[in-house]
Amino acid sequence: MTGTQLRTTVGTDTEFQPRLPLRRKVGAVFGALTVVAMAIGLLTLAALIVDVVRDGWTVLSWDFIRSFPSRRPSEAGIRSALIGTVYIMVLVAIIAFPLGVSAAVYLEEFAPKNRLTSFIELNISNLAAVPSIVYGLLGLGIFVRALTLGPSLIAGALTLILLILPIIIIAGREALRAVPPSIREAGYALGASRWQTVRMFVLPVAMPGILTGTILALSRAIGETAPLITIGALTYIAFTPKSLLDPFTVLPIQIYNWVSRPQPAFHQLAAGGIIILLAMLLTFNGLAIVLRARLQRQIRD
Amino acid sequence: MSEPLVSVTVRQREPAQRLAEREAVAASMTVERLSAFYGKFQALADLTFPIHPAAVTAVIGPSGCGKSTFIRCLNRLHELTPGARVSGRVLLDGVDIYDPAIDPARVRQLIGMVFQKPNPFPHLSVYDNVLAGIRLHRSRIPKPQADEIVERSLRAAVLWDEVKDKLGAPGSSLSGGQQQRLCIARALAIEPEVLLMDEPTSALDPIATYHIEELIAELKQRYTIVIVTHNMQQAARVADYVAFFLGGEERTGRLIEFDTAEQIFTNPKRRETEEYITGKIG
Repeated sequence: MTGTQLRTTVGTDTEFQPRLPLRRKVGAVFGALTVVAMAIGLLTLAALIVDVVRDGWTVLSWDFIRSFPSRRPSEAGIRSALIGTVYIMVLVAIIAFPLGVSAAVYLEEFAPKNRLTSFIELNISNLAAVPSIVYGLLGLGIFVRALTLGPSLIAGALTLILLILPIIIIAGREALRAVPPSIREAGYALGASRWQTVRMFVLPVAMPGILTGTILALSRAIGETAPLITIGALTYIAFTPKSLLDPFTVLPIQIYNWVSRPQPAFHQLAAGGIIILLAMLLTFNGLAIVLRARLQRQIRD
Repeated sequence: MSEPLVSVTVRQREPAQRLAEREAVAASMTVERLSAFYGKFQALADLTFPIHPAAVTAVIGPSGCGKSTFIRCLNRLHELTPGARVSGRVLLDGVDIYDPAIDPARVRQLIGMVFQKPNPFPHLSVYDNVLAGIRLHRSRIPKPQADEIVERSLRAAVLWDEVKDKLGAPGSSLSGGQQQRLCIARALAIEPEVLLMDEPTSALDPIATYHIEELIAELKQRYTIVIVTHNMQQAARVADYVAFFLGGEERTGRLIEFDTAEQIFTNPKRRETEEYITGKIG
């Protein structure tokens, strides 16, 4: 009985028609469409990398990394921009991470669930979508002028912190929300206070997610150009910043500067700079993946 | 009605003298006119019954009758739910745990809890899971003392022999039954007076369930135990006293009958109790 039903795929005398061949065909078409969508993204990235590497390969050398920018393309390098980027990223990371995580912990674990909280939440999501140039104008108004920090390293870092703080807060809240309530209950049932429960049991479990979000936010900050130009970061600097109040430049600004020159030799330098920037970016993202995998393995098994 | 309603072998009672000795050291609790609310919804109404020392009190009843809410009132976990509140009194050795002068964290340390689903801390090793409760109160514990507490707690939870060679492994790497016994060891490490168990075996297979039930029989030598279960056979196997709750129309849980397990399962006084344990309702 069941055997005959299995063999005749289309029920002839019943109302119910499974139409298996059609369903299989639709599935195949949809599968192919998703592959095309994925390929578009991947091929774009591949084309970008191939193009940049072909243009910039020749200028890559130790001298390129060690030298300051110069009017003569053959002597120009990215030293000040690379060091500026590293300084900025370190500053952004050590300030934005604790601030963002604390804000996420407050909103997720301590804040009462009322209208004010949901209003704040909504606006943090809005902030994450504000164009970066607007943050540049804000930084110019507050840090550069009102606090008279000038177009300095610290003013640039603070501006980028404002830019990525909402992203870290959102990622942090999602990671905290993913921690099962049973973990919190286990903590309370042992006599833990709310803060102890968060610090000893909830935060460690949420940490992989928080770190991943933070690193992705940082890799957004590393490529930002517009807000830093807005606050007045210099495009040509032949020294490295010695203090937080010194002027600075970063890789994307240096690249932008070289691209806007007419001489083709500078375009090659720009391509070289892009390779370095992309390498840093991929290292960051790789780090995020490794960290997440390691912490998650620790937590899962 | 001399025939047991559920087929169980009612355990041999201990000699009266030993029983008296145990009861002298274990804590007793009393529930007095306890009601519990979630916002406007009343989940429990006017419960009054004793929880005897060094004995297992089982709370039974159909789904939604407030069993879990009740057990969460006994260690003040209920009030953590937004909008939840309690009225009435719950006495631990004569002291009201809802007295405003009493710190809920202290209550929860004295009244340990084991949950329906095993919930070891996934980021901590077996060793650190056991010590988690102690580390909340003392950040530094000398290594020999820590080792001693871990071994004692794991032995008390009958888990030591299975995990003594993998104390450094994450708590979540153990089997479900082992995880639940790890949670029991974690609760015992902070030396509670009372142990609450909210359907502790509902996520476990029969063999793991058997181990936990054996453990409960062992633990009641020293601890006062309250267990919520929807498994009648389990209540009959482990409990000395049984409280039967029923939700009724408006789903507010009420105490229908409280008595010794023997009495409830062989000769219940109320018709509802009889119908429930014979499977006619619920």
